[in-house]
Amino acid sequence: MQTASGPASDAAILRLDHVTKRFGGLVAVNDVTFDVRKGEVFALIGPNGAGKTTLFNGVTGLIPPTSGSVVFEGREIAGTKPFKVAELGIARTFQNIRLFEYMSAVENILVGEHCRMHAKLWDSLFKLPRERREEKEVTDHAMELLRFVGIERWAHSYARNLPYGGQRRLEIARALATRPRLLLLDEPAAGFTPQEKVELMRLVGKILDSGVTVFLIEHDMKVVMGISKRIVVLDHGEMIAHGTPEEVRRNPRVIEAYLGKQH
Amino acid sequence: MIGWFRRVWENDPRKDPNAVVYFLLAIFAVLFPLFASVVTGGSPNFLLSVAGDAGVYVLLTLGLNVVVGMAGLLDLGYAAFFAIGAYTYAFIASDHLAVTPLQTTLHVPFWIVLLIALFVAASFGVILGAPTLRLRGDYLAIVTLGFGEIVPRVFKNTSTWTSGVNGISALDTPELPIWFKGPWSGDPLAVVQNFKIFDPLGYYVIMVVLLVICVVLVRNLQNSRMGRAWAAIREDEVAAAAMGVNTVQAKLLAFAIGAAFSGFAGTFYGAKLSLVSPENFGFSVSITVLVMVVLGGMGNIPGVMLGSLLIYLVIFMVLPSLPDTVTSIANAIGLTGLTQASGDFPGIGEFAARLKFLIFGLILVLVMLLRPQGLLPSREREQELTKGTHDDTIIEDVQAETG
Amino acid sequence: MGAVGEAIRRRRSDLRSGLTGRALDVGLYVLILAFLFLLGTRVIEHGPDYLLQIFFFALANGAIYALIALGYTMVYGIIELINFAHGDVFAFGAFASASLIPLFGLSEGQVWGPFTILQLLAVFVVTMLLCAVLNVSIERIAYRPLRHAPRLAPLITAIGMSFFLEGAMFLWKGPSSVHYPDVLPDLSFTILGARVGVKEITVWITTIVLVVGLALFIDRSRLGKAMRATAQDRDAAQLMGIDIDRTIAATFFIGAVLAGAGGIMYGLSYNTAVFDLGFSAGLVAFTAAVFGGIGNIYGAAIGGLVLGLIRTFWDGYFDSAWSDVVIFAILIMVLVFRPTGILGMRVPEK
Ligand SMILES: Nc1ncnc2c1ncn2[C@@H]1O[C@H](COP(=O)(O)OP(=O)(O)O)[C@@H](O)[C@H]1O
Ligand SMILES: [Mg+2]
Repeated sequence: MQTASGPASDAAILRLDHVTKRFGGLVAVNDVTFDVRKGEVFALIGPNGAGKTTLFNGVTGLIPPTSGSVVFEGREIAGTKPFKVAELGIARTFQNIRLFEYMSAVENILVGEHCRMHAKLWDSLFKLPRERREEKEVTDHAMELLRFVGIERWAHSYARNLPYGGQRRLEIARALATRPRLLLLDEPAAGFTPQEKVELMRLVGKILDSGVTVFLIEHDMKVVMGISKRIVVLDHGEMIAHGTPEEVRRNPRVIEAYLGKQH
Repeated sequence: MIGWFRRVWENDPRKDPNAVVYFLLAIFAVLFPLFASVVTGGSPNFLLSVAGDAGVYVLLTLGLNVVVGMAGLLDLGYAAFFAIGAYTYAFIASDHLAVTPLQTTLHVPFWIVLLIALFVAASFGVILGAPTLRLRGDYLAIVTLGFGEIVPRVFKNTSTWTSGVNGISALDTPELPIWFKGPWSGDPLAVVQNFKIFDPLGYYVIMVVLLVICVVLVRNLQNSRMGRAWAAIREDEVAAAAMGVNTVQAKLLAFAIGAAFSGFAGTFYGAKLSLVSPENFGFSVSITVLVMVVLGGMGNIPGVMLGSLLIYLVIFMVLPSLPDTVTSIANAIGLTGLTQASGDFPGIGEFAARLKFLIFGLILVLVMLLRPQGLLPSREREQELTKGTHDDTIIEDVQAETG
Repeated sequence: MGAVGEAIRRRRSDLRSGLTGRALDVGLYVLILAFLFLLGTRVIEHGPDYLLQIFFFALANGAIYALIALGYTMVYGIIELINFAHGDVFAFGAFASASLIPLFGLSEGQVWGPFTILQLLAVFVVTMLLCAVLNVSIERIAYRPLRHAPRLAPLITAIGMSFFLEGAMFLWKGPSSVHYPDVLPDLSFTILGARVGVKEITVWITTIVLVVGLALFIDRSRLGKAMRATAQDRDAAQLMGIDIDRTIAATFFIGAVLAGAGGIMYGLSYNTAVFDLGFSAGLVAFTAAVFGGIGNIYGAAIGGLVLGLIRTFWDGYFDSAWSDVVIFAILIMVLVFRPTGILGMRVPEK
């Protein structure tokens, strides 16, 4: 594993270096090092409680890692405030959907647009022309995103009234509204039917095509194997394998820790 | 029909049923002077003056609604900023500074002091909020509570500067640079300069104009980038932060705007009364305004305006007039014996006067139990409550997710 | 390289925020030291007898604050509600016992014997029970139906209940201070030149007995354990088969028992009571609870004692018009600088 800066890792959009997170006595993530390359779908897998979400929380600044460094586009972001991380270009979804339930789908996305907007207090107070223009722009963009993820027909429903699949998609759209260059998806296909999973894989492909690198946590091996180039496997906070889907699938530790438990 | 209305109300956030309420409020505001004139047989000044005072509370409520209703922060010392605004006016728009160690006087025009007070109060809001807003939600409530207790006491105790409990009186009367006289004031039509606003109608008109401006501005804000950020923070602070909302800054802004409103209202209050005294800015004022916001329907602008007018009516009109009312009723139905004090019984009038707190407390409890979403809630709140979800886990979540 | 530069920058900014944090701490300590110095000069001025006298009074005041603070902290610990009506339950304790004292045959200036002690004990028990019933009813009527409403709703009903109780006492005793029967014997001892009366001793002993009893109860009894479990995690406690409603009611019961005792002792010591007595006493006690780390029972007891000391020393040596300002300034500073309470104790994880 190359960690020093060099030509090979220049393609890395996100690099984790000896990242550890402790909760009291519990080591949820233990000395994890890997990188996510620009323009790929990178997957993080592992049994429940392996520390995957904790790793996402560490990257997005919600719960800073105990030690280690997180470098995004050549910039150290460990310990950076969550909103700053989003501004820098990392967006995420949550494993247990966290939409703004009593705001409409469009408004949810507009919250995502927040950090790309320029309206100052005065502009909003007096509804100056440039504020109106910007509001129109972001609203149009939000509608576009709704179409992009395929839930435009619920644009004006409260988020809580969307069907489950629609809510997951809305979370993705909301994250995309922050115009990220790296998108973290925490179990985006959880609870999906096989048909929905296929659609989701297609959506991830579209996101990738629009130039956003995707870093996802996923339980379903079929989904993971289908869309990701490289995989890291976490178990009890330890990184027990990384490589291509094929390599990982053959790794005996993975079979024992992860696949073994599934069957 | 009703079913259709309910469906739209519950499912389509775009429809604004508040339009009706705005319309009625506007009509009411325009017709009120006429109404006051008719019911009092041509001497509306008292009612107009009362309406001006009620306007102060509407203004306060609009401001606190930004803090509590929109951003979901609890402020229990709102009256402190009210006091700061009023005292700002008293210091720089009266002869008072002459009797302080400064020994000069300042007479800044009312309109400029409105702005100054707004900024002074907002600055205090920032100073108080900045270190506190990072902490747990309840802590802001407690810190503001403490601040609300400190400010009037400081004004009371620093009597070399503030004349202590006597307060500062003879504040400047607001002036309009240019005004028209005409038949309505019993004068021939003429343009006057530096017109002093003495009569209650003048204050009433200023208040209505200020309120219209404030409502428009707050509404604009609610439907803007920042308004959405507040709503998001209220619903899920962690998710809002992860989506790029600078939550501390947004909360601080809401807090400062609320303080600014309060300072602004304080200046108007001081100017209208021409007197400020530390007694007028106690905990009960903070609580009254909070109750107006909550009972009216947190987050919903016409709702809180309605709430503030109703509560004002109850606290400042109905309850104080209760003793006279019951006394005259007792007299009318021949129970004159009840109006006299006997033994422990202080007479029914005094008895009714003593009932004041009790009734107000009872109203608070009952309304909250029967209609915890307020009289005219925003639809979000309505749903939050009727569908049984609640947002009091958010703060714990932030703790869990941000350590 | 970029990353390294970033890392260095970050470390620097860490250092800076550490420094400002420390500067604030230092500021706080300087403030405390300045106060202590000022206090020291006044203490020397007034002599040691006065100091000891103030100290004895302070302990008694602190004990009463502690008794009220315990109820605030227990209720907050278990349902995260600032029970605004709690101070008024304390005031009710004072009023109720004022009426009960003659009813139980006690009067001013009587001769004291074992039977009179029993009579006083009966006053204590009945008052504490009345307060408990009152507080439990308040919870039942005004808070329980709103347990799943947004947190502002029960807060407003708590304020409403506070108004209601003050209104009721206003109705009962009128707007001005009423006399509280001065029944304790007018005995006093001189300790190192300071006078200690039966009043102070009564307050100390009662408080110690109650606080130790409470500690044992919370530590040992089933209900106490249920209370701790519920405060930690209500849902989990429920899953473990704990009756949440009963546990919360018990918390209000115990809180009121302590506040009621505080009310009696306030009356016995100061021989006066007024309808809104609970408001200011409640705020100070609440500050004490925050001071000790809200939700923390031992913290509240110590916080009450500390605030009693601060307030009494301030009143004894400085201008008492400022004592409320000092109390609330402390409240704010504690929350800003030591959000978990000045004693650095752990607040129960919520
Ligand atoms: N905020 C937290 N506080 C304490 N422990 C936590 C916290 N978040 C996660 N953990 C613990 O860390 C471990 C890893 O959790 P998580 O990252 O959610 O696993 P998963 O791989 O299923 O996403 C679990 O044992 C969990 O209990
Ligand atoms: Mg997870």
